[in-house]
Amino acid sequence: MNKVVKDAREAIKGITDGMTLMVGGFGLSGLPENTIAALASSGVKGLTCISNNAGVDEFGLGFLLKNRQIKKMISSYVGENAEFERQLLNGELEVELIPQGTLAERCRAGGAGIPAFFVPAGYGTEVADGKEVRVFNGKPHLLEHALNADFAIVKAWKGDTHGNLIYRHTANNFNQAMAMAGRITIAEVEELVQAGELDPNQIHTPGIFVQRIFQGKNYEKRIERLTER
Amino acid sequence: MRKGSSDLRKGRISDCGFPPPVPRPSSLKSNSKSIQHHNTSIMALSKEQIAQRIAQELKDGYYVNLGIGIPTLVANYVPEGIEVVLQSENGMLGMGPFPEKGQADADMINAGKQTVTVLPGGSFFDSSTSFAMIRGGHVDLTVLGAFEVTDKGDIASWKIPGKMVKGMGGAMDLVASAKNIVVAMQHCSKDGESKLLKECTLPLTGVACVKKIVSDLAVLEVTEGGFLLLERAPGVSVDDIRKATAGRLIVDGEIPEMRF
Repeated sequence: MNKVVKDAREAIKGITDGMTLMVGGFGLSGLPENTIAALASSGVKGLTCISNNAGVDEFGLGFLLKNRQIKKMISSYVGENAEFERQLLNGELEVELIPQGTLAERCRAGGAGIPAFFVPAGYGTEVADGKEVRVFNGKPHLLEHALNADFAIVKAWKGDTHGNLIYRHTANNFNQAMAMAGRITIAEVEELVQAGELDPNQIHTPGIFVQRIFQGKNYEKRIERLTER
Repeated sequence: MRKGSSDLRKGRISDCGFPPPVPRPSSLKSNSKSIQHHNTSIMALSKEQIAQRIAQELKDGYYVNLGIGIPTLVANYVPEGIEVVLQSENGMLGMGPFPEKGQADADMINAGKQTVTVLPGGSFFDSSTSFAMIRGGHVDLTVLGAFEVTDKGDIASWKIPGKMVKGMGGAMDLVASAKNIVVAMQHCSKDGESKLLKECTLPLTGVACVKKIVSDLAVLEVTEGGFLLLERAPGVSVDDIRKATAGRLIVDGEIPEMRF
């Protein structure tokens, strides 16, 4: 078993033009900063990125947007990024908006081998366009399909050499579901330890879902809206 | 009431440090206490007073999801002796107030991406578990803002054609599954157009889901026959509310004023 890679550059080997990536994080919290930076300098393009948000102009997926490396975003909320808006209005970027809970469940289902499922979110709205509707317990539901990705890129607080991951606070967010849904899942962690050093009772993502892991460096952990008492 | 009952106009929103409103729906921008309608000026509730009235809907032991804007302020007015647990859909139960100066943690944010704290008894979890709580009907009360609502309980809150679309976030999941949804909103637009309608003019967030509305003018329940008027804002007449409501309005007997 050798899942440990040296750094982000080694971790992204095999990510090529036109691939679909899942990128964990909510806003700027729990972002795989090192891997995003490596993708930005790799020049890979035509990417479809499944991520709850699209970063801000100067952080997160904003780096890839600025370089025009993203062809399509699949997200629930994208409103914090001027470059994103510009590309969208110019028709340079495709966007598919999905209700947040449906997005999370589509990722989880992709990893769990559930090809599709019914949810009530979006019934009667434009999200329902073209989707099968079925009534359960008197309530209409939409058929939603699982999402998978060529690579899922996630960030955890601690990880071990077997790929077991522990997230911290609300930085878990989409990382846990996305980690399950990548054909190859790359995990970057703030602290990488030997297998056996993490308490097996505390693992959020069991190592079976993770193919490559490395300890990231220089985490900026930027705060989008600093609010204090 | 823990806060603000003695001097409503002050709207002491910062007392326990809960997040102040982030202006998201443009309709919620105005903090004015009077609106122009049919050439008369009506004394309407401030945003803080709307939040304070909604807080009266809370019951001990409730798990509550508060949306961005006025709903966030509800946390400042939790009645004495009642314990509620706030859910933040990015993955936290037991959301507390803003951190003390210098204590902000990038790994601890709310759904509005503001830095927050966690209270004793709180927990963290991933997004799919978070929406399992919401979709599974485990959240007792959802409070959110709206651009428009209808007398059938439809809600439009996420998209204005011609303006940049930011996305629905978790709003569609919340409205489709919450057991009890209270909408906090202004009764009319700045131009005096009613936002309580027969049909929404804006793209829908959900259909037949809103149970109750607390506006700056009134408390209304969505019933089969339309908006049932429950309470008036202090100094606002039934006639004022009738003029400001484009959807079907049911006025049954004497309508009491809201009490704070």
